[in-house]
Amino acid sequence: MPDTLFIVVVEGEPDRAATVLDALAGDSVSLRVIEPGPGLARRIAALQPDLVLIDAANPSRDELEELTLASGPLERPVAIFVDRSDSQMTRAVIEAGVAAYVVDGLTPARLRPVLDAAVARFGMLHRMRTELAQTRAALEERKLIDRAKGILMRARNLPEDEAYALMRKTAMEKNRRIAEIAQAIVTASEMLK
Amino acid sequence: MSRAVDLSFIPLLDAAPLIVADRMGFAEEERLAIRLHRARTWSMLRDMLALGQVDAAQMLSAVPIAGRLGLGGAAVDFETALVLSLGGQVIGVSPALADDLRGAGLRIDFRDALAARDALLRARPAGLRFGVPFPFSMHAELLHLWLGDMPGLSTVTVPPPQIAEALLAGEIEAFCVGEPWGSSAVSQRLAELLLPGTAIWTAAPEKVLATRRGWFEANPDRGGALMRAVWRACRWLDQPESRATASEMLARDDALAIEPEVIERALSSRLLLSATGDGVDSPGFIAFHDGAANFPWRSQAAWIGRQMSQRLRLDADAAMRIAQSVWRPDLYRQHLGDVAVLPAASAKVEGACPQPILAGANRGTVLLGRNQFFDGRIFDLLPGG
Repeated sequence: MPDTLFIVVVEGEPDRAATVLDALAGDSVSLRVIEPGPGLARRIAALQPDLVLIDAANPSRDELEELTLASGPLERPVAIFVDRSDSQMTRAVIEAGVAAYVVDGLTPARLRPVLDAAVARFGMLHRMRTELAQTRAALEERKLIDRAKGILMRARNLPEDEAYALMRKTAMEKNRRIAEIAQAIVTASEMLK
Repeated sequence: MSRAVDLSFIPLLDAAPLIVADRMGFAEEERLAIRLHRARTWSMLRDMLALGQVDAAQMLSAVPIAGRLGLGGAAVDFETALVLSLGGQVIGVSPALADDLRGAGLRIDFRDALAARDALLRARPAGLRFGVPFPFSMHAELLHLWLGDMPGLSTVTVPPPQIAEALLAGEIEAFCVGEPWGSSAVSQRLAELLLPGTAIWTAAPEKVLATRRGWFEANPDRGGALMRAVWRACRWLDQPESRATASEMLARDDALAIEPEVIERALSSRLLLSATGDGVDSPGFIAFHDGAANFPWRSQAAWIGRQMSQRLRLDADAAMRIAQSVWRPDLYRQHLGDVAVLPAASAKVEGACPQPILAGANRGTVLLGRNQFFDGRIFDLLPGG
């Protein structure tokens, strides 16, 4: 079916892949998910897709750059959608954290709805991941501060609130974050064991 | 601080000039604040620079030239006013291929590119797949120069952190990559080092400071401060007494996040070829400053343009002309005239200096580093001139 847009999505995590597929599915679209890993460019080239979508932060992304040379630079050019014509769309694509490689010859009219959907969904995934990372980091810091507090309580024979107040005061005086002070205490105490 | 620049880097040894310019206070001396942004892939770093998310970036020397030639996945228009480093690449092979090379009579000395080439041709008569970090890179050009006529040779793009996996999967048998990734594969016992990049070309421009075309003209004040800070960082990095401090600084989690010992190997030009072997000295393994390393010679750009045109079947004369316009020795002269000794010429004969040589300069002379290709060839931009 020549009217069907064949899209390959490069994504290793099944949940994320499913989310992207849901957003892109349609009558005139056929989709395929492949995992990043050795030989990625060769595997994609063999499929001959019209469009390749990949998380812009995916460490495998540089392999796709090779597709631009797939069979000589002038015979079958594959170019990122970041082209010369639509800088607003380009910015939206980049900020959503998706990289799109399209086969030259696809009209913007056909691409636009697909890319709009991809941008929306990748953007959402990107935000979710950032929030998750922040939550994790906050949790780690919490644990670290608790450990440092315990060390101070034992070493200086302080009650809990005073141990915390001491760390906070030191952090303010040294212009550092409490987590950094806590890390220093934990590291030093491990060395002094 | 009154002015700031955003810089992007990839965690590699040769990101050092940007990190050092910030951490050692060279930027502060210029009343310039540097905000560093770490990127994970070259495509992403290129997009960040192209879209103005950063002002300047550590870039593969071939990328601005490829961009101007219309190659690659994004339309970009960059230029190069300063070279950040020469060399620093290693060529490594799987342990199985290393054994086959020894079986073909090679004594791996990390020096002789002709002997290594002969052994490779004997050990893999049907060719092999080489991993490089990016299709437009000095790594790809060095390989092509060294083995371009080898039957069945192909290069594939492998992001450096995935080299170990690609070797294990049999996707590649050999690779050319920037430190510390070669040494990292060695310490995982997945590779042995065969040659430094300098064995193929002693003075290959590896990374450059890239900006969007016209950025320096639009930001002469910040641009000049950035150039001077980075140039002083490069000078500091090439002083032997800086190595230990630089290794510690680069090892930190917000820079390369790798053991300082591995970084120091490359900085002190003493590399481990295999996990069980001894260190081997490789003088001049990487240069950040010495031998007029920072000057963007038009002849270097022309060489890259010509090699790329041969590999990708483009018009050679046009490619050389366009490539030269990407490198901006005039900006280097404008912004570093007060601090650096400037060579009188902006092009040199590449490959014609078996030993360092003195050349004319604005103040006395300037020492040019060794410049030799593995087979003794010479690249003269102006034949007869």
